[in-house]
Amino acid sequence: MENQKPIIATASLAGCFGCHMSLLDIDDRILNLIELVEFDKSPINDLKKFTRHCDIGIIEGGCCNSENIHMLKEFRKNCRILISVGECAIMGGLPALRNGIPIRECIEEAYWQSPSVKGHNPEMILPNDQELPMLLDRIYHCHEIVKIDYFLPGCPPRADLLYDALVSIITGTEMKLPYEVIKFD
Amino acid sequence: MSTNGSVIRCSIDGKEYLAKAGKYINDVARENGVYIPTLCNVIGIHPQGACRICTITVNGRMMTACTTPVAEGMDIKTNTSELQDLRKSIVELMYVEGNHFCPACEKSGNCELQALAYRFQMMVSRFPYTFPKRKIDARNPKLVKNYNRCILCKRCIRAIKDEQGRSYFAFRKRGHKVEVGIDVDLGKFISDEVAQKAMDICPVGALIKKEQAFRIPIGKRKYDKTPIGADVESHHV
Amino acid sequence: MKPPIPEITDELEIGEQVYQVTMVEIVHGIIKKYGSNPTRLMDILIDIQSEFRYIPPLVLAEISKELNISNIDIEQTISFYHFFSTTPTGKYTVYLNNSAVAYMMGREEVAQTFEREVGCKFGEVSADGMIGLFSTSCIGMSDQEPAALINGKLFTRLTPFRVKEIVRDLKALKHIDEIIVEGLGDGANALPEVHSMVQNNIRKKGPILADGYKAGEALKKIVKMKPDDVIAEVKASNIRGRGGAGFPTGMKWEICRNSPGDEKYIFCNADEGEPGTFKDRVILTEYPKMLMEGMALAGYAVGAKEGILYVRHEYGYLQKHLEKVIEGGRKKNYLGKNICGREDFDFDIRIQFGAGSYVCGEESALIESAEGKRGEPRDRPPFPVESGYLGKPTIVNNVETLCSIVKVIVHGAQWYRSMGTKESSGTKVVSISGDCKYPGVYEIEWGFSVNDVLEMIGASDVQAVQVGGPSGTLIAPNEFNRTLSYTDLSTGGSIIIFGKHRDLLKDVVLNFTNFFIDESCGSCSTCRNIPIHLRTKLEKILNARGVDKDIQEMLEWAKILKASRCGLGQTAANPIVSSIKNFRPLYDQKIQHGKDFDSSFDMLKAVQESCDAVSRVPHVH
Repeated sequence: MENQKPIIATASLAGCFGCHMSLLDIDDRILNLIELVEFDKSPINDLKKFTRHCDIGIIEGGCCNSENIHMLKEFRKNCRILISVGECAIMGGLPALRNGIPIRECIEEAYWQSPSVKGHNPEMILPNDQELPMLLDRIYHCHEIVKIDYFLPGCPPRADLLYDALVSIITGTEMKLPYEVIKFD
Repeated sequence: MSTNGSVIRCSIDGKEYLAKAGKYINDVARENGVYIPTLCNVIGIHPQGACRICTITVNGRMMTACTTPVAEGMDIKTNTSELQDLRKSIVELMYVEGNHFCPACEKSGNCELQALAYRFQMMVSRFPYTFPKRKIDARNPKLVKNYNRCILCKRCIRAIKDEQGRSYFAFRKRGHKVEVGIDVDLGKFISDEVAQKAMDICPVGALIKKEQAFRIPIGKRKYDKTPIGADVESHHV
Repeated sequence: MKPPIPEITDELEIGEQVYQVTMVEIVHGIIKKYGSNPTRLMDILIDIQSEFRYIPPLVLAEISKELNISNIDIEQTISFYHFFSTTPTGKYTVYLNNSAVAYMMGREEVAQTFEREVGCKFGEVSADGMIGLFSTSCIGMSDQEPAALINGKLFTRLTPFRVKEIVRDLKALKHIDEIIVEGLGDGANALPEVHSMVQNNIRKKGPILADGYKAGEALKKIVKMKPDDVIAEVKASNIRGRGGAGFPTGMKWEICRNSPGDEKYIFCNADEGEPGTFKDRVILTEYPKMLMEGMALAGYAVGAKEGILYVRHEYGYLQKHLEKVIEGGRKKNYLGKNICGREDFDFDIRIQFGAGSYVCGEESALIESAEGKRGEPRDRPPFPVESGYLGKPTIVNNVETLCSIVKVIVHGAQWYRSMGTKESSGTKVVSISGDCKYPGVYEIEWGFSVNDVLEMIGASDVQAVQVGGPSGTLIAPNEFNRTLSYTDLSTGGSIIIFGKHRDLLKDVVLNFTNFFIDESCGSCSTCRNIPIHLRTKLEKILNARGVDKDIQEMLEWAKILKASRCGLGQTAANPIVSSIKNFRPLYDQKIQHGKDFDSSFDMLKAVQESCDAVSRVPHVH
C-alpha cells in the first residue's frame, strides 16, 4: 500500500452529473490530481466494475430506485472512505421533490399525462419489466442507507471545495474552508 | 435591581461594558461589536425567543439574548464551544424539520437560515430528514405562502398587523403540527407595501411576493460573499 | 335589532337557514355574556363548544366581528386546545385517557370495546354522528383507571363489560347524568351538584387534609394583621410552591406586593396535568372552602382584589360545586366587599376553565390562556409577579400551596416548620398510582423515603418508581432509600409504581415521550423537534435496530432541550435520560453489539408501492 497512489471511485446515483462536472471544473489542477491518485470504477474513465479495493468513494445523487441502493452498498463495501457529494446525495435534492406524492401519481404523470407523452402511449403501458430497477417509495439520501464519512454540500459543490477536500484527505492535511466554498446552491 | 435607564456594568465574554439597564443583551452586544446569531429576532419588533439560536449564558444559566434585559453585574458568555454547537444544532434541526431545498428556492443567497448554516459551516444535518408533507398556498393575490420553508419564527405574526391591530398571520395548532396561517379574509386586501414587508421580514423563503423572485444573480446576493453578522463585527473597535 | 344572517353556503336548504339564525343568536348571547371582551375568548369558545359540541366555522365570522379581531386570531386559540374542535365530535363525545397508567390498568381492551360497540375508530365519529371517540392525555384519574370523559362527565374504572353498557345507554339517547354504571363516589362526589362516580381515595390525612377545618378562621385572624406581617409569617414557614417548581411562596408574595401597580391578581393553578397527579382534584372536591380562603389571604397580603381559579377542563364536572362554594363564601363575607368587616379588604374569585393543554400548567402560559390566547409560556423576565395577567403584577400559586398557607396562618409558622425536614418544611400531598394495593392520595411529611412510601401503599416486586411525573425521575430499587424533598427527589405530587412485569421502555418511556410531543406548544424550535427525533431513536432501539451510537446521540440531543423556554421543553427528555442513566441494561439488551451503523431501511417495504402501481412482483435479494 505504501508509495502507492490512493484509488478513487465515483458514481452518480439519482443525480444530474453536475457534481461530476464540477469535479472537472478544477481545470488544470486535474493534472495535479492525476499525479496524486488513480481512478477505479467511475464514469470518468467508464470503468463499470470495481477492479480492486478503493481508498475513496465519491457519491453523487441520492437513491430513487433499487439499483441505486445496490450501487451505494457496493461502494460502501469497496471503499475505505465514502463521501456524499452535493445536495442530492446529502438530502435528496431535486428528485426529493417527489417525496410525499403517491408513486402511482408520479408514474402516471411520467408515462401518461405529461405533455411529452400525452397521446403517445395509447396502450397505457407502464414499464414493469423485471430487468428494470424498482422505484422506491421516496428518495433516500445516502447516509440513510450506509455510513458516510464526509459530506460536501453544494449544487454542485464548488470545484475548489471538491479539490481541497480530496487533497486534504489524500495528504492528511487540514482542509481549508473559506466562506465562499460552502454553498447549498 | 436596577431600574430601566440607569447605567449598569456587565461583562460580555470577559470584557466589561457599560450599558443602559433594561436594554436587551442582544442589542448591547451588537452596539459593542459582539455578534450573537439571531433568527427570529427583528430589531424594533417586540422579541419572542422562539428560535433559541441567540441562547447565551448569564451567570452560567441559559437565557435568550433577544429577550433578556441587561442588569448590573451580569456575567454573559456568548460564544463558548457548547453554545456554538447548540446554535449549529438548532439550525440543523430546522433544516430537517421542513423541506429546505436551497437550489430551487427564490430566497437562496438572501436567506438567513442558510446564511447561519454557512457561518456555522454546516455540511449536513446531524438529524434525520423528516420530509414532512407540506402545502404551498398561493390563494392570496399578492403572496405565496410556502409551508415547506417556514421555520415558525413568528416574525410575520409579530410585525404585520392591520391598522386596527388585527392579525394577518397567526399560528395554528400546536407542537410539531404548528403552522403559520394567513387570514383568508383580511389577506384579500393586503397592500403591495404590506406584502413586500412580509416577504422582507421573512428570514427564509416561506413568504414570497408574487412576480418578485430571482432578480439578483448568483454571486451578488446578500450572503454569497459576506457572512451574516459580519456587519456587526466590523463595527468592533 | 336582528343579528345579521351569516353567509349561507350553497348546500344549505331553507330549513337549515332557520337553524343558522338560531345558532347566530346563541353565539351573540354568549359573546354578550362575556362583555364582548376579547380577553374572554376562552370562555366564549368553551360555551360555544359545549352548546354545539363543536365550533362551527360559520360562527368564526361572528366572533371576529363582535370582538374586532381577525378570523386567524380566533383560529389560533381554537386550534391550540385539545377540547376545541371545528368539526362535529358527536352528540356524545368520548375522550379516553391514554396515559401510561391507563394502559397498565387495561386501556387497550377498553378502547377496543369502544371501537367495536360504537363502530368507528378512535379519532373518528360514528357514521350516524352520534358518538365520537377520541384519546386524551392524563385526565387526573390515575387511581381509578381506565377512565374516560363523556360530555364532560367522568367514567372511571372502566371494563369492557361496562363500556358495552355505556355505549348501549348512549345509543338509547339517555342523558349523560343518567348513565352512571356504579354508585356515586365518596364525599362531595355524591352531592347533587357534582353527581359523579369519582372516588377520592384519601388514604392518609395530615394537617392539611385533617378533619375539623373551620372556614374563615384564618381570615378573621389576618384582618387584624398588617399585610406585611402576613407575608412575614408565610416566609417564616419556609413553605415552597407545591406545584413542582418549589419557588419560596413568601418571597413570591413579597415581590408581588412590592411591584408597582394598583391592580394585582391572584391566580390559583388548578391545571394539574402532570400524568399521575390527581391530588388537586381531591382538594377541589373536598376542601374548596379552604382553597378560596387561601386565595383571599393571598389577595389581602399582596393587595389584589381579584382572584382567578384556573381549573383544567377535565375537572369541569366540579364547576357547579365550586361556584356554589364561591357563592357561599360571598354570603358569609369571606369573599366580596369589606371581608370579615375589614374596610378596603375586597376580594372576589372567578373560575377560568382551560380547554385541554398540559403546558397551561406553566404559570405564564396559564395567564396567556386566561387572557383568551394560546397557552404559550412567556419569555421571562419579566416574571408574572412584575407583569402577569393583563400586564399587572400577578401571583400564581398551586392549589395545595394556598391550602397549606391557611393552616400556616391558623397554627403559625413555627408549628409548620416543625414538620418535614430543615430545607423542606411541612407536608406534601402526593398522588400515588400504578402497581400497588392502595392507590390514592396521601399526605406525608417531607423526608419520607421511597421505601417508606412503598411500604405505606402496599407495593412489592417493584421494578421502578416514577417520582414527579414524566418530567421527574425514573428511579431503580438501588435508590429507593432516597427521600422526598426539594433537595433530593422533588415532586409536584405524582408517584407512579411500576412492577417487575412491566416493559419500562415501551410502556413507560415511550408513552411519556409521546406525551411531551403531544403537549408541546410548538413555540421553541428545540421542544417542537428534539422529542420527535428522540422518539425515532427509541423506536429504532425497541425494534432491535439500534446501535450504541443511538444511545450516545439520544443523550447528546437531549441536552439541546435545555435551551427551551419553559419547564416542559427543558424536561421533555427526562424519561429517556433518566431511564438510560438508571436502567441502562434495558437498552443494552436491545441494541446490536459490534455494529456501528444500522440503516432502518427495508427494501421490500420501500419498493412495494411502486411495484403495485405497475403490477409487478418485487424481487429483493
